[in-house]
Amino acid sequence: MLKGKTALVTGASRGIGKAIALELASSGADVAINYSGSAQKAEEVAAACRDQGVKAFSVQADVAVEEDVKAMIKEVTEQFGQLDILINNAGITRDNLLMRMKEDDWDAVLDTNLKGVYHCAKGASRQMMKQRSGKIVNVSSVVGVMGNAGQANYSAAKAGVLGLTKSLAKEFAPRNIQVNAVAPGFIETEMTEEMGETTQESLLQNIPLGRLGEAAEVARAVRFLASADADYITGQTLQIDGGMIMH
Amino acid sequence: MAENTLERVKKIVAERLDVEESDITREASFKDDLGADSLDVVELVMELEDEFDLEISDEEAEKIVSVADVVNYIDGQQ
Repeated sequence: MLKGKTALVTGASRGIGKAIALELASSGADVAINYSGSAQKAEEVAAACRDQGVKAFSVQADVAVEEDVKAMIKEVTEQFGQLDILINNAGITRDNLLMRMKEDDWDAVLDTNLKGVYHCAKGASRQMMKQRSGKIVNVSSVVGVMGNAGQANYSAAKAGVLGLTKSLAKEFAPRNIQVNAVAPGFIETEMTEEMGETTQESLLQNIPLGRLGEAAEVARAVRFLASADADYITGQTLQIDGGMIMH
Repeated sequence: MAENTLERVKKIVAERLDVEESDITREASFKDDLGADSLDVVELVMELEDEFDLEISDEEAEKIVSVADVVNYIDGQQ
């Protein structure tokens, strides 16, 4: 399905990013596994991708840092010769009530989760424009759509990603580059494990399907948006949230 | 040297914007005379960077309006 395509997945050493990298690899795409700090975990994901018979390697970059991203895009295009798919997944949380939120917490989350997408999309688009094709999928969040107490920084960044997605979709449409977003709900990852049981329980009451999602379920939707099956879809946000948000 | 640059630029512009080389004068504006949109100009700058092996900063790229702007910039760099 993605045979002959090459992909870069940011924040792919664990969680949803890891699931996306494995899903793309199992569909036949060569995958670059970006990580910021977890070199060993990233290399394990790359090895698991190679087990699927595709090319894969891990590449370090803090997406918040422009120089890092430039070097990463250069390495990926040199190794693969092209870049067809960019998955902007890298994200961090620094949850706190606004009254207690430090400026550093605000900046760190915005820099990684929103500015990181700007850096990566800018870097990748140069290659994709030349190719006259490309797919960018941004991983937003249900809280970017509905807000969440204690996550002002995270939800602002994730809502920003949705606006960015729409603008990029319009800018790149004449060059046959589709830009879409997914907005996962509550997915079983280390990030949601940190929430604690009571929060999780109250959450379940708001999920029509009555359970948390799995990272692989997000990954399959991302793979769809990254494939030729989604050639006529751009600027959209696909909710993968068990029905929490219904448009 | 300047003539040479002009010829090379003309060739790239002709190919990228799908216009006849003979229509591309030194004074021609990419948008007004050669039918380019903003994205075309961005792409053109990218291609010129590759062809002439130089990096045109965003600030400089924004000033590029005509064929002459490109030729002068490139000759100024070399």
